[in-house]
Amino acid sequence: MPYIGSEDTVRDLRRVLSNPNVQSDQLRYRNTILKVIRAMSQGVDVSGLFSEMVKACATVDIVQKKLVYVFLCSYATLNPELSLLVINTLRKDCQDPNPMVRSLALRNMTNLRLPSLVEYVEQPLTAGLRDRAACVRRVAVLGWAKLHNLQTNSEIDAAVVNELYSLLRDPDPVVMVNCLRALEEILREEGGVAINKPITHHLLNRLKECDIWGQCEVLRILQRYRPQSEDELFNILSLLDVSLISPHPPVMAATLSLFLSLCSGLPAVGLAALERVRGPLLAACGNTSREMQFTALCHIQLLLRSLPGLMGEHYKRFFCGYAEPAYIKQRKIEVLVELVNDDNVAILLDELRGYCTDVNISTAHAAISAIGRIGRSYSDKCLEILTELLGLKQEHITSAVVQTMRDLVWVCPQCSRTVCSAVEGCEAEIQDSQGRHALLWLLGVYGEQVSSVPYTLEVFIDGVRSEASVGVKMELLTATVRLFLCRPAETQDMLGRLLHYCIEEETNMCVSDQALLYYRLLHCGIEETRKVLQCRRSDPSLGVLIGRPAEPINQWSYIFNTLEPLRPGAIETESATIGGSPEHMTFDPKPNNDLSDTLSYSFGKTVRSGESEHVQCPTIFRCSPQSLQAAMQLVNIQTLAFTPPHTLPWRVYLYTNTQNKHSADTCHGTLILGELLYTGEEIQKKSKDEENVGVEARQDKREEEREEDTAEGRSEKERVKKNTAEKGIKVTLKQQPRDEKALKGFLSVLTTVLHALSSE
Amino acid sequence: MISQVFILSSQGDHLIYKDFRGEAGSDVVNLFYEKVTALTGDQPPVVMRHKDVHFVHVRQGGLYWVATTTADTSPFTIIEFLNRLTALVKDYCGSLSERSVQMNFALIYELLDEVVDYGYIQTTSSDILKNFIQTEAVSSKPFSLFDLSNVGLFGAETQQSKVAPSSAATRPIQSSRDQGGKSEIFVDVIERMLVVIGSNGVLMKADIEGEIKVKCYMPTCSEMRIGLNEEFSIGKSQLRGYGAAVRVDECSFHQAVRLDEFDSLRILRLCPSQGEQTVMQYQLSDDLPSAPPFRLFPTIERDNGGRLLMYMKLRCDLPPKRSVLDPTRLQSFSSELNLSQELSSPDQSAELQPQSRAVVWKIPRFPGGTQLSALFKLEVPGFSSASMLEVGPVSLSFELPKITATGLQIRFLRLSPFQPGPAQRWVRYVTHSDSYTIRI
Repeated sequence: MPYIGSEDTVRDLRRVLSNPNVQSDQLRYRNTILKVIRAMSQGVDVSGLFSEMVKACATVDIVQKKLVYVFLCSYATLNPELSLLVINTLRKDCQDPNPMVRSLALRNMTNLRLPSLVEYVEQPLTAGLRDRAACVRRVAVLGWAKLHNLQTNSEIDAAVVNELYSLLRDPDPVVMVNCLRALEEILREEGGVAINKPITHHLLNRLKECDIWGQCEVLRILQRYRPQSEDELFNILSLLDVSLISPHPPVMAATLSLFLSLCSGLPAVGLAALERVRGPLLAACGNTSREMQFTALCHIQLLLRSLPGLMGEHYKRFFCGYAEPAYIKQRKIEVLVELVNDDNVAILLDELRGYCTDVNISTAHAAISAIGRIGRSYSDKCLEILTELLGLKQEHITSAVVQTMRDLVWVCPQCSRTVCSAVEGCEAEIQDSQGRHALLWLLGVYGEQVSSVPYTLEVFIDGVRSEASVGVKMELLTATVRLFLCRPAETQDMLGRLLHYCIEEETNMCVSDQALLYYRLLHCGIEETRKVLQCRRSDPSLGVLIGRPAEPINQWSYIFNTLEPLRPGAIETESATIGGSPEHMTFDPKPNNDLSDTLSYSFGKTVRSGESEHVQCPTIFRCSPQSLQAAMQLVNIQTLAFTPPHTLPWRVYLYTNTQNKHSADTCHGTLILGELLYTGEEIQKKSKDEENVGVEARQDKREEEREEDTAEGRSEKERVKKNTAEKGIKVTLKQQPRDEKALKGFLSVLTTVLHALSSE
Repeated sequence: MISQVFILSSQGDHLIYKDFRGEAGSDVVNLFYEKVTALTGDQPPVVMRHKDVHFVHVRQGGLYWVATTTADTSPFTIIEFLNRLTALVKDYCGSLSERSVQMNFALIYELLDEVVDYGYIQTTSSDILKNFIQTEAVSSKPFSLFDLSNVGLFGAETQQSKVAPSSAATRPIQSSRDQGGKSEIFVDVIERMLVVIGSNGVLMKADIEGEIKVKCYMPTCSEMRIGLNEEFSIGKSQLRGYGAAVRVDECSFHQAVRLDEFDSLRILRLCPSQGEQTVMQYQLSDDLPSAPPFRLFPTIERDNGGRLLMYMKLRCDLPPKRSVLDPTRLQSFSSELNLSQELSSPDQSAELQPQSRAVVWKIPRFPGGTQLSALFKLEVPGFSSASMLEVGPVSLSFELPKITATGLQIRFLRLSPFQPGPAQRWVRYVTHSDSYTIRI
C-alpha cells in the first residue's frame, strides 16, 4: 500500500543520495540505500531514484552492490536507457578476481530482463560457462535460459546447446542440474532435454551427489525415459529404492512418481512401490509443518484409490488432534472412512462420534456424514450413534444427521424403520433449508411408517407463506402428495390448501408449475399418480456403488505429486456419486437425492434426440436384476440402477472403465455411461414416461444444469446411430474422453451379453 | 519452479517481495491476501489458484510465506522449500517474527538471491550459504538488564548459570563469526505426544514423534559424536540389553549423519553445519514405555438447580520434583453459560471462552506426583440429559522439560578431536503435547 507522502520520501532520499558527503561515507551511503530498498518492498514507487542508484552501483562494498542490484532488477524494465549505464559496471565486475563478485554480476546482468542488452550479455555468459568457480558456472548456465526466454523467437544457438550438454558432466552437481533445467527451457519446443540411455545412467549415478532439490529435479526429468529392456528397468528401480524411502518427502514423492511412470506397464510393481512408501508417507503425516501434513494426507487419499487396504492397520495415525485446523481434520475424516474394516469399526466410530460435537461446524458435519457413509456397511452401530446425536437437540447437528440419514436410507432401505422412529419430532430443531429438504423427503417417502407425519406436514404447510427456499417448497409439495397416496383421509384437506396456495399465490414458476402438474396428475386418477410418485423410494441395486473397486494406478498417477490433489474437492469421494457430499450441499434448492432421476433426465434428452443403438432381445426385461448384474460384472460392466423386472418402460443404467493399452499417451482410459431402455410396443406409455421424467427433472434443475455444464465442458457425447426394428432395446451411450475403438468394443460386448441373457 | 516468493505480515503488509521470473505482475500479492482472508475456516488454504497463478503458502511466525508456481509443480518440494526458507531466516535473523523480518529485509533479499535463481532452488545448505551472505543480522532484541539475570552477584558462578537461558538459542548464527563470541552447540531432544485416553481410563492411542535437533553456533566444527542410550532399539523385533529398552518404531537420519558406529555403540557421527538441523527423527506408536503423564478423574452430574457440576481431579504421574507448565482445556456447551468454579490453589485460574465453547483451566505449576482438583459449575439453559453427551473431551496442552516420553537420552556429546577455544555444549530435553485428549 503506497504511503501518504511517498513523493516526499523519494525527494528526501534523492537529496541524501546525491549528497557528496554521504557518498564519501560508506556506512551512511549504504544505510541510505537500505532505506530505498525498504521503501521499495513496502510498496512505495521509488523508480525516480534510478539514476542515483546507478551511480551507487560502482562501489567495492559487496553488500551495497547487492542492495543496488535488488533495486535495479526491479526497475530496469521501466528505464531501459539508463540501464545501459549499468552494463559497463557489470561487465567490469565479470572480470573481478573474486568469484562471488563475478557470479553476482552475471546473475544480475541476466536478471535485468532487457532484450536490448542481450548483445552485451552474451560474451560474459559464454566466458562464465568456462569459469573456474562453480558458483559462476551455475549462474551462467541458468543465464542462457533467461536469455532464451527474453527473445523466444530467436534461433537456438547450437553451440550453446552443445556446451550445455557437455556441462552435464561438470563436477559440481548443481551445475549439472542447472544444465538440465536450462536445456528444458531452451529446447522446450523440441520436447525438452534429450533423455537417452547414457544421459539417464549418468544422471542416476550422480543422483547421490545432489542435494534434495537437485534429486527432485533429476527424478522429474527422468520420467520421460523409457528403459529399453526389462533388465534395465529393474536395475533402475533397485537403484532408486533408497530414495523411495527417503526421509525427505519431496524426494520420496518424486521417486514414487518416477516409479509409477516407469512401471506403468507393470501394475504389480507399482503396487509394491506404494506399499514401500507407506512408512515415509505416514511419517510425513506427522511432520511438524501443518502444510506438509496436509499435502501428505491428500496424496494418501490418492494412493488409497488403488490400494484401499494400504493404511488399514495404521488407522490410529489419522485420528484428529485437538488443536489441528479444520481442513486437516476433514481430510483425516475422509481417510478414516476409507480405512474401516471389521476389526476397527467400533474404535473408529467411537472416535468419529467425538468429532460430531466439534466446535467447528463443518468439521462436525463432515464427521456426521462420515458416520453415514460407514453406515452403508455397518448400519446398526452407525444408526445408534446418529440417533443419539439427535438427542443433543442442536440445530446444525440435527440438520446434518437428518441429511445423512436420508442418504443412508436411499442406499440401505432396511434402515428405514429405525430412521423413521428417529426423525420423528425433530422438525422443530431444523432451521436450514437443506435439513428441512431432507426431512421432507424422508417424511414423504416413509409417510406410512411415522404416525405423526400429517401434523408435521401441517405445520410446514401453515408456514409455507414465509418459506424462503424454493427447494423446500417443491419438496413439501411432493411429500404431501406422496402422503396423500397412503393416508388420504388425514392429508386431503391440507393438500388442497397447499395446492391452492401454490397455484394461486406462489410467484415462483417452478413451484407453481409443479403444483399445477400434481393437480392435473391427481385428476388423472390415483393409480396414475401412484405410478409417477411412488416408484422411487430407494434402489437396492445401488448397493453396487458401496464397495468402491480398486482403481488402477494410472487413473491417478498423472496427478500424483502435483498441486491437483490439494485442491478442495479434487479427490472425488465415494459419496459424490450418491449426491450427499458437501459440494452438492451448496446448491440451493437442494438437488433431489434420486440419482436415477437426474440420470434419467440427462439420458432422456439424448433418447429424445433419437440417436441410439437398438439391440434385438426383447425378452431381456424379464430376467432378474441379480442375474443381469452378475453377468455384466463378468465382463467388467458395473450396473448403477435398475427398474424392477416386468415393468415398462424397463431401464438399466450401467457404466464401465476401459483401458487403452495400445498407446502410452492415452493411458487414462475412458469412462462409458450407458442406458438400456425397453419401452415395449405402447407408444403412449413412453410419452407418459417422458412427461414424468420432465417433472422430476425440474426438481433437479440446478443439478441438471451442473451436469450439463460439466458434460459440455469435458466430454464429447458419443451417439451411435443405426436404424433397426422398433422393438429392440435402446442403448444410449455417453463417453468421456472420446475413443471410437473402445466404444465399438464395448457395444459388441454388451450386445453379446444381452443376447446370451435373453436366450437363457 | 517458483515464480515469485513473498512474505506478508498477518495484516497484509508487504515485507518481502521477490520476482524470479517476471511472469506475473506484483498485484498478485494483494490478490493473495484477499483470497486468503476470504477463506472460511474449513477450506484448505495451502493451495490457492487465480487463473494461471497458483499460490502455495505456509504460515510460520505469524507470517505468510508464499510462493507462486505452476500447476504441475510438486507440492512437497514447494512446501519443504518454504519451510526450509523459514528455518534459514530463523537461523540468520535469530528469531522468526514480523519485526525481525522487517529489520533484516536486506539479509533476506540476499538469502533469496542465493537460494533461488530463475525460480530454481540452488541450495539451502547453510554451509554453502555462509560464504555468500555478507549482510549482518540486526538483532531485534535490544540489550536488556534482564539478560544479566543469570549472572550471579558480583559475577560469581552460581548454580543458575549452569542452565542455559531459554533465549540462548534464538540468536543469529553469524554473530559468532564476527564477534568471536561464544562457540556453543545445542542438542535438543524434542518429542511430541499424541495421546487419546478413553473414558474408562484405557489408553486408546499413543503416538510419539520425536526429533533430535542440533543447533550449532561454531564457525568451524570438525566432528561431533552423539551417544544415545545403549539399549536403544528400532522396530519390534530387535531388543537390546535386559533393562527397560528404549524402543522406537521407525527412525530416519539426516543425510550427513554417519552411522558406522550406530549399530554397535549407538553413536551418531556428524559434522554439523552452522544453524539448525534435524539430525534424527523417530516415531513410536501405540506403545508408551511408561504410564501417560497425566490422568483425569472426572465426575459429571447435574444438581437439582439444573446446573452442571463437573468435578475434575487431575493427577500427574511423573516422578516428583518435576514442575510442569500445564494449561488444561475442557470443551463444553454452545449456549449462554455462567461459570463458577472452585479451584484447589489460588495461582490457578479458569475461564470460559465463549468462542471455542471451552472452559480453560490454567495451571502454572504442576509438580510431579501430586493431584489437583477443580469444581466447575455451569448453568446451562434448556439443559437435558442428552446434553451430557456434549461435554468433553478434555484436552491438555503442556510442556515437560527435561523429560522424554520414549526415555531416549543423550549419553554423551563429544566434539572431536580438537576445538579452538572452549566450546559450550548444551543438551536439552522437552516433551510437548501435540494433542493429549482424555474422553469423558
